[in-house]
Amino acid sequence: MPERDAAKSVLSVLQEIQERAGYVSRQAVAEVAAHLNLSRAEVDGVVSFYTDLRTSPPPEHVVKVCRAEACQASGARAVWDAAEAAAARSDGTVGIEAVYCLGNCACGPSAMSEDRVLGRMSPERIEAVLDALGQERRA
Amino acid sequence: MKVFISTDSSSLSIGAGEVAEALESAARTRGLDLTLVRTGSRGLFWLEPMLEVERDGRRVAYGPLTPADVPGVLDALAAEHGHPLVLGAPDALLAEQGQQRVNFRRCGLVAPGDWDAYLAMGGLQGVRKALELGAGGVIEAVTASGLRGRGGAGFPTGIKWRTTHEAAAEVKYIVCNADEGDSGTFADRMLMEGDPLSLIEGMVIAGYAVGATEGFIFLRSEYPSAREALQRAIDVAYAHGLLGADVLGSGVRFDLSLRIGAGAYICGEETSLLESLEGKRGTVRFKPPLPAMDGLFGKPTVVNNVITLATVPAILADGAEVYAALGHGRSRGTLTVQLCGNVRRPGLYELPFGVTLGQVVETLGGGSASGRPVRAVQVGGPLGAYFPAELFDTPLDYEAFAERGGMLGHGGVVVFDDTVDMVEQARFAMEFCALESCGKCTPCRIGSTRGTELIERMRGGAQAEDLELLEDLCTVMEQGSLCALGGLTPTPVRSALQHFPEDFRPAAAAVAAAG
Repeated sequence: MPERDAAKSVLSVLQEIQERAGYVSRQAVAEVAAHLNLSRAEVDGVVSFYTDLRTSPPPEHVVKVCRAEACQASGARAVWDAAEAAAARSDGTVGIEAVYCLGNCACGPSAMSEDRVLGRMSPERIEAVLDALGQERRA
Repeated sequence: MKVFISTDSSSLSIGAGEVAEALESAARTRGLDLTLVRTGSRGLFWLEPMLEVERDGRRVAYGPLTPADVPGVLDALAAEHGHPLVLGAPDALLAEQGQQRVNFRRCGLVAPGDWDAYLAMGGLQGVRKALELGAGGVIEAVTASGLRGRGGAGFPTGIKWRTTHEAAAEVKYIVCNADEGDSGTFADRMLMEGDPLSLIEGMVIAGYAVGATEGFIFLRSEYPSAREALQRAIDVAYAHGLLGADVLGSGVRFDLSLRIGAGAYICGEETSLLESLEGKRGTVRFKPPLPAMDGLFGKPTVVNNVITLATVPAILADGAEVYAALGHGRSRGTLTVQLCGNVRRPGLYELPFGVTLGQVVETLGGGSASGRPVRAVQVGGPLGAYFPAELFDTPLDYEAFAERGGMLGHGGVVVFDDTVDMVEQARFAMEFCALESCGKCTPCRIGSTRGTELIERMRGGAQAEDLELLEDLCTVMEQGSLCALGGLTPTPVRSALQHFPEDFRPAAAAVAAAG
C-alpha cells in the first residue's frame, strides 16, 4: 500500500506524535521542523489549525459533548451546561470539549467518551458519565 | 436460529451492545443454538435497539429493546407466540415508508466487510460490469443515470469524471470525501460502518473510469468506528483482489488507503481537504483550477462524497436507466434523507427525490418528539436554510430547494419545535462559521465574527440599522467568500430573518422573556 506521501506529511507526523504522547510539545514542534526541513512557524501553523492537535497534556479523561444544531434541537444546550458543571467538580480529572457533530444526530443529544458514542443524553445522564469518570481515580 | 443486531455506533450509543450481551448470555443459559450476526443499522433509530430473527429465510424484527426484554422475546420465539415489541418484517416497514434502498440495500442486512455476504447480495456486479463496459462506457452510464454529487453541491458526477478522464496526466487520484461534518447528517457514517465494501467498489470503478490507480479516503477523526470498519474492509478487499495490482484479474491497478482528519469542519470543502491530505493547514484553494484537472499533489483528482461513490456499483449493476427512472426533475435517483433533531421517528430514509419536506417531517417523522408544534426545519446542514411549516410542500429536489432560498445539501433534515429561538439559531450560524473559518478570505474570517456580535445585539429586539448592516454583511460574505462556508453562512441567517421575523422584534422578545 502506498506510504510515500504519509512519510512526507507534517500533519501525519504530528498526529502520530499526539497519539503516542497525548499532545504536541514545543520541543516536538522544533524536532519535527528540523527533521522535515521546515520552519517552526510552518509546523506551528499546522498544529494551531487543527482542533484535534493539543499543545498541552490532556486531562485524564476527555468527554466530547456535541453542540451542533441537531443536538441543539433535542436539548444539547442544557446537556452542555450540566457537563460544564460536572467537569468543574472533577478537580481537573475530567475535561469536556465541544464537538460539532458526532454523526449520531438521530440519537441526540450526543457525547463521546474514549471513542464510545453516547446517545440520548440528558443533563442527568451526562453528569452521571462525568461523575463516574471523576470518581474512578479517587476510588 | 440466526439473529441480527446492529453494531452501528448510533445503535451502540443507545444500548445495542448491552442487548446483544443479554442475548448471548441468555442463549448460553438456555443452551440455544443461536448465531448472532452484528450488522450495520437499518436506520430505524426510534425502534432501536432492534433485534432481527431469521427463520425459514424470513426476518422478523423486535424493538425497541432493553436487555430486560430479551428473555421475554426468547420465550415468545420458543413458544411461537406473539410479543408486544414485535415489529414484523423489517423490509415491509421500509417499503411502507416508501423507501427505495439503492445505497443502503445491504446496510443492516450483512456484517460489514463480510466478503461472502457482500457477494451474495450483489457485491462486485458493478465493478464486473464496469470492466466489461470500459472506461468510456462507465462514464456514459454514470452520466446517463443522472447521478449528482451527494456531498451537497449536486454537481453531475459523470461530467466530473469525464473532465478527469480527459485530463492528460500519468498520475491521477480518486479521493473520497468522508469528512461528513454537517450537523444532522450521518448517512456517510452509516454506510461506511454498515457496508464499507460498496464504497471501496465504487472507488475502484471511479479509478478505472478516469485512469487513476490510487485512491484515498479522507475520514473525519470524529468517526472512530467507521475508521475500524473501513480499515478492515480495505484489508478484506486487498485479500480478495478487489484492490491491488490486478483488480479481479483484469490487469487494472487500484490502491486505496485511509487518511484521518484532525478536526476541522472546513476540510469537508474539497480543496481544503486536498491541502489537508497533503499534510498542510486545511486552507481553501482558489478555483479554478478545478481539482478534476489540478487536485491532489497537483494531479487530476476526482473528489466525491461517500454516498456518490457508493451509488456507482448499484447504478452499473442495475442499469443507469433504472436509477434514472427514480426521482424528480433534474434530481434523479434516491436521496438518503437523514431525519433528526426533535422528531418522533428519527432515522435514515432513502427516498426517491420528489417526496415533499412535509411528508418527511410529518408523515414519516411523526412530528416533533416533544409533542409541541414543529416550528422550523433546517435542511442541508449548518449552511442550509431554516424552513417554516408553510414551506413543507417543497419537494426534495435540488432546484426546488434552491428556488426557495434553501439547499438540499447532503440530505440532513433537523426538526425544531416551537421552543426554538431563531435569533439564537442565526447567531449560532455566524459563530460556527467564525469557529471553523480557515481564515484565508476576509469576508468569512472577519465577517462571521462581526455577524456573531451583530446578532448578539439583536436579543431583545433588533434595531433597523442593525438589520440593514446584517443584510449588507450577508451580501459581502455571500458574494466575496472563497468557498461555501463563508458564502452560505448567510443562508440560515437570512432564512431566520425572512421566515421568523417575529423573533427579531422587540415585542416578541419581551413576551418570550416574560412567558
